[in-house]
Amino acid sequence: MAVSEITVEEVAAERNEPSHRRALRDWICRKPLGAAGAFVVLFFIFLAAVAELITVYDPVANSFESMHVPPGAAHWFGTDQFGRDILTRIIFGARTALLVGFLASVVGSTLGLVLGVTSAYFGGRFDLIFQRIMDVFMSFPLIIMALAVVSIFGTGIQNVILAITIPFIPRCARVVRSSALAVREIPYVDAARTLGFVHTRIILRHMVPNVMAPYLIMLTTFMGQAILLEASLSYLGLGVQEPTPAWGLMLQGGAEEYAESAPWIPIFPGLAITTAVFAFNLFGDALRDTLDPRLRSE
Amino acid sequence: MRAETSTLRPNPFSNGGSGETLVEVENLKMHFPITEGVFIQRISGLVKAVDGVSFQIKKGETLGLVGESGCGKTTTGRCILQLEKATAGSIRFDGVDLTALDERSLREMRRNIQVIFQDPYSSLNPRMKVGEIIGEPMYVHGVEPDKKARRARVRDLLTTCGLRPEMDDRYPHEMSGGQRQRVGIARALALNPRFIICDEPVSALDVSIQAQVINLLEDLRDKFDLTYLFIAHDLSVVRHLCHRVAVMYLGKIVELADCDELYDNPQHPYTKALLSAVPVPDPEVERKRPRIIVSGEVPSPINPPSGCVFHPRCPIAVETCRRDIPELREVSPGHWAACPLV
Repeated sequence: MAVSEITVEEVAAERNEPSHRRALRDWICRKPLGAAGAFVVLFFIFLAAVAELITVYDPVANSFESMHVPPGAAHWFGTDQFGRDILTRIIFGARTALLVGFLASVVGSTLGLVLGVTSAYFGGRFDLIFQRIMDVFMSFPLIIMALAVVSIFGTGIQNVILAITIPFIPRCARVVRSSALAVREIPYVDAARTLGFVHTRIILRHMVPNVMAPYLIMLTTFMGQAILLEASLSYLGLGVQEPTPAWGLMLQGGAEEYAESAPWIPIFPGLAITTAVFAFNLFGDALRDTLDPRLRSE
Repeated sequence: MRAETSTLRPNPFSNGGSGETLVEVENLKMHFPITEGVFIQRISGLVKAVDGVSFQIKKGETLGLVGESGCGKTTTGRCILQLEKATAGSIRFDGVDLTALDERSLREMRRNIQVIFQDPYSSLNPRMKVGEIIGEPMYVHGVEPDKKARRARVRDLLTTCGLRPEMDDRYPHEMSGGQRQRVGIARALALNPRFIICDEPVSALDVSIQAQVINLLEDLRDKFDLTYLFIAHDLSVVRHLCHRVAVMYLGKIVELADCDELYDNPQHPYTKALLSAVPVPDPEVERKRPRIIVSGEVPSPINPPSGCVFHPRCPIAVETCRRDIPELREVSPGHWAACPLV
């Protein structure tokens, strides 16, 4: 019954607007690292949103008179081998990273949520077979799975999103299913069946809202992973293509040739990836601690 | 009447009074398999939760179903609600066999048969407001498609169940146990059912609230012409509310009689023991009255005793009880007991 307890508290938190703000402040005090992570995430979102307004250089146009300029007053993070300002490209790259990160993780974990709950709801043979199919998908490492999808459908940003979404689905479905199995035994689900509701309604209205805690945790974890995967795919040349600014791509262009002669070229996009992933993970961990009653230390 | 005659008649457990039969359960069996293995599942045993239960409930009547924990009362209720698929037997509601209905007709039929659960905390979806909980079935079944009219009817039902109409805007966790149970009752009434299964509706409430909820159930029965199957282990509550009572032990009905008859003149040794366990609120009487103490524990329904399932604990058991499975027989008009010795 742990599931129902926590959801009750969440509803309480959502309901009372004044105490909502207080709950947020409490949470920041209790989880300073998580709050810092959330802050960095919000900062990246802000950068991506207003990229045009805060940058002075063009992120894609080559400029051969200012190649390999080290970090300085004109170019804070220096310029790359084509003379493009690295800071500008990192800010525009945040757009790619967040787009891929949000879309892949939201779509992947939401599909996983619905499939996981459905599997738990029907149970029996359906559940058994469905979970074995999920096992097949999960037996591929994330990056191999994504590579396979990209090699089938080709590169480009929408295929990168697809490639990252597909391996997320079974991972989320598995975690959500275990919570949904517990929810399924709670009498309000029996009540819904007795009232003659169709399966879809019971799954979407009565079970899905009560497995939100594991779903939200998976969602935030996936965002960090998706950004990292996108960078990996781009680095391998299978993701976003030049000249679109993307962190993994910038790293690839800079890491091999210029690691010694112009180290700022790979260092700054690398730092951007690290910071973003780290921020998402800190936030996700804090969220898990808050939502998972077994880990709560009060 | 002799024991044989009861086996000849398909469903003899009526009280002989007037009024048509609404619910008819015949030879209901619910055996849960105990399986082993992951892919190739092997059945290694059966839990005989309900093993051959038959009874009838007339329109407007309240049948009590009593017995200790694990005797199959709740499982019987869940089978009637079609929440469990019965292993064998038939459940007829108004002449229609529920076990034979397809999914669509069953969903339609469910409007007539509702349930009030034991636990008022877990039986309401914590994510929905009270108004949604009660209004949703009306919307789904098209009872009240108009949003405004639905809201009015929800508030009406809340008033009927002794709550304030403004409570439709609350979440279940903002209410007390008694209030939540009233919401559960209002939800059960939302579709104008004819038959309600009350699965220990008051045992999770404290005593002062229990009486209020019992009175509410009684009022609703008169107001909406309801028929109840009242599952309980509290015998005094059952006596107050029920017309007839069936006593269950280890998946079988051991005695069935009119309420007063059963309490004043119990026949089956198990019923006698059960009734003598009810404390009398007078210490003088309490000290003097004889108590029948049944020895031992309830045997496991996985491996029930042979013959009469009660024989290992029965104070009057004889050799034949070990062998012969006793049939329910009519010891006096309308009073049935499954014991050859009474």
